[in-house]
Amino acid sequence: MATSEIVTYESEVKPDWCPGCGDFGVLAGLKRAAGILHINPKDILVVSGIGCSSNLPGFFNSYGFHGLHGRAMPVASGAKLANPDLNVVVTGGDGDGYGIGLGHFIHAMRRNLNITYIVMDNGVYGLTTGQVAPTAEKGFKTKSSPEGVIEVPINPIALALVSGATFVSRAFSGDPIHMADVIASAIKHPGFSLVDVFSPCVTYNKINTYEFYRPKISKLDQVGHDTHSMEAAIKRSYEWGQKIPIGIFYQTERPTYEAEDAALKNGPLVKQKPVARDPEILLREFL
Amino acid sequence: MPAENEVIVRVGGAAGEGGASTGESIARLFSRHGLHIITYTSYQSAIRGGHNWIQVRGSPEKVYSQGDGLDLLLVLSSETVDIHSSAISPGGVILYNSEKIKNVENLVRQDVKKLGIPATQMARKYGNLPIQNTILIGALTQLLGMKLDTLVSVIETIFGKKKSDIVKFNSEAAQEGYNYSQQNFQPLGKKMNYTFTPKLLMTGNNALSLGAVTAGCKFYSAYPMTPASTILHWMAAHSTKYSVLVKQAEDELAVVNMAIGAAHAGARAMCGTSGGGFALMSEAIGQAGMTETPVVIVESQRCGPSTGLPTKTEQGDLLQMVGAGQSDYPKIILAPRTVEECFYTANEAFNLADKYQCPVIIASDLYLSEHFETLDSLNLDSIPIDRGLLVDDNGDGRDYKRYQFTESGISPRAIPGQPGHMFVAGTDEHDEKGVLISDVLCGIPKYVEIRARMMEKRMKKMEMAMHDMKAPSLEGAKDAELTLVGWGSTLGPIKDAMLDLEREGISVNSAQFKYLWPFPAEESEQVLGQCKKLLLVECNYSGQFGLLLASQTGIRIKEKLLKYDGEPIYPSEIVTKVKQVIGHI
Repeated sequence: MATSEIVTYESEVKPDWCPGCGDFGVLAGLKRAAGILHINPKDILVVSGIGCSSNLPGFFNSYGFHGLHGRAMPVASGAKLANPDLNVVVTGGDGDGYGIGLGHFIHAMRRNLNITYIVMDNGVYGLTTGQVAPTAEKGFKTKSSPEGVIEVPINPIALALVSGATFVSRAFSGDPIHMADVIASAIKHPGFSLVDVFSPCVTYNKINTYEFYRPKISKLDQVGHDTHSMEAAIKRSYEWGQKIPIGIFYQTERPTYEAEDAALKNGPLVKQKPVARDPEILLREFL
Repeated sequence: MPAENEVIVRVGGAAGEGGASTGESIARLFSRHGLHIITYTSYQSAIRGGHNWIQVRGSPEKVYSQGDGLDLLLVLSSETVDIHSSAISPGGVILYNSEKIKNVENLVRQDVKKLGIPATQMARKYGNLPIQNTILIGALTQLLGMKLDTLVSVIETIFGKKKSDIVKFNSEAAQEGYNYSQQNFQPLGKKMNYTFTPKLLMTGNNALSLGAVTAGCKFYSAYPMTPASTILHWMAAHSTKYSVLVKQAEDELAVVNMAIGAAHAGARAMCGTSGGGFALMSEAIGQAGMTETPVVIVESQRCGPSTGLPTKTEQGDLLQMVGAGQSDYPKIILAPRTVEECFYTANEAFNLADKYQCPVIIASDLYLSEHFETLDSLNLDSIPIDRGLLVDDNGDGRDYKRYQFTESGISPRAIPGQPGHMFVAGTDEHDEKGVLISDVLCGIPKYVEIRARMMEKRMKKMEMAMHDMKAPSLEGAKDAELTLVGWGSTLGPIKDAMLDLEREGISVNSAQFKYLWPFPAEESEQVLGQCKKLLLVECNYSGQFGLLLASQTGIRIKEKLLKYDGEPIYPSEIVTKVKQVIGHI
């Protein structure tokens, strides 16, 4: 992988994340993955919602849509349906995707659009100064949960597995090389792919730090995990504690939504001609 | 009371008794005889039981509303007699199955003709087929001096997709009803000339959907919600034929964001809903304004607030549409006034959205969305597709500024996939290149200025759009004593009321608004400034259009006819109010 290939995706805008933020690793991983796959920046659309991590499209040289909080997925879905030739990547945080946007996340998975969803998962709402977010562990204390959060966390991997995602994976910002491979596999996967990334918030989450994850991380491709077994994947998705797995949990093939929709049989919508204005065709049914 | 050259028929029955298809058969029967028709359907939020009715008004002349009075009540269930018989005009007819509906002689006024048909017995030979309604329609055909052959052609249209036996049996049953009527009843004696000139028969939602497809709409998203759902159904049924991708999404947030995504990617995209769904969409409509994405949103209003009366009509969401989303951003609101205008407005909406790169809202309502109306024709070519200002495909995109400051505020738009023009469309405030200035640049003097200029750039588009927003010209006599001021779908009842008043020698005219936002204030002042007296006619409680008009022009209309019971305005209600206002009663 030559450095020049990374430069292609280099934006004029420098990230304004806190020094040490896990999102730098994700940005590097995405650039590297796009380079591995040799995708022309003009053919990539990165869509995000709101949050620190949702600023990512601005720091990546491609087409982008920096939408509303929680609504990146439907914007991305509409764009993908209109032009399946685009490589559509959604980026955002756990608050954006597993909190306010959770409904869209689940429906996107059962739809199996060929979209890659990278979630920078840190358990806090960083941009709004550190309130508790959906993946925070029970008891996690923040300024909005001073006594410790009462709810149990969302398990995004297990949720994705039971919601029909055809590619379910996890990566760690502390290992961008491994992450780039996972993201590249996710983008290459013909269907909906989730990459949940442990992306530490160095400012507001003093529990789930790089040091917290590093000794626990275990790579699934090194422990003989069968990525085609739903049962094995479910089991792995609940592993937490001394060993926390990263890598591809599950991968299967199912026809994509865009492959099955009749309106796309004639090519991308954006390239189709409008209907001929022929009264014989358009008006007959109303006579 | 209906005039001599028109006929008003009402069909009443429980949900599931075939009232809707009976009404549709009658509508088609009339239109194929060359009559102009308007229907009005009153239904409930119930799948079985309850009480639904449909009214069909036909005339060789163009009719504009459901009309007043009733010539013939076709009874499908016994409660229909209780609910509707008092509405039958003197000398009118009640037509019913005499074996199913009892005691009609005692329940219905003396001056109504009671025409009972032993339809149960007549239907028996067809086994379990629900064919009694067809027998009654056969009789109705005879009573109006209409042609049985034409009714058979309608039966073929309606039942054609089912087994051929069904068409055959229904045709025979129609014949039997026709014959029975011929032998036992006197015709209604209407003086109508049937020309058999073909006419288009469609609802407002049909016309709007057809208009969208004609405009090159390639993406339609929706979540089921009355009264917008029939757009979803029509679009889905025609998805393959016209290659329109139709997506029913998980909620209205997804619906509007998907449409925006599709539009951003370059497709002409539309979504539809009613007031509740629109409320959910508000934030994203602002997003379309901020990212300068062309998208069309249909809001077919129903009776609110909240869940309200889902199957009833209202014009109660005007201020919601004007105020949708936080802060100021460019948006356009169009309110088609007739079924025909629904078609042209859809074409226009897509062009305006592309021209001004902003959301365009089509404000319809249940009455306009769902009633059937005949049209002589539609000019499919009248509005050519104009995709607005796009970047040159051959440009290299060097220094491309998606949100470039321009004289008009409109900046050339690039479509993802075009080489060299990469940009990020941002909901955060951004500079000309699209780089967000909301975070580390925020508050720095240079960017304070850029923020202000960017706001002005977006809103400047609305100054230009004002030239496309027209105040209505006065319909009717220029020097009329009174001007009826309304918007959208109330035009039909207003027109009919004007005709009725004219017959009585009372001269009124009307100013019916279609272009609602940005509001054509100056033109409106000119038009309404010539008027002697104004009467506001709206289907909502607070007179929302009146409030808008006052806020934009200072014109305050004191006299108001406001209706919010869920039923459409009837011409007779306008007539009564006009007489009261000008002191004739």
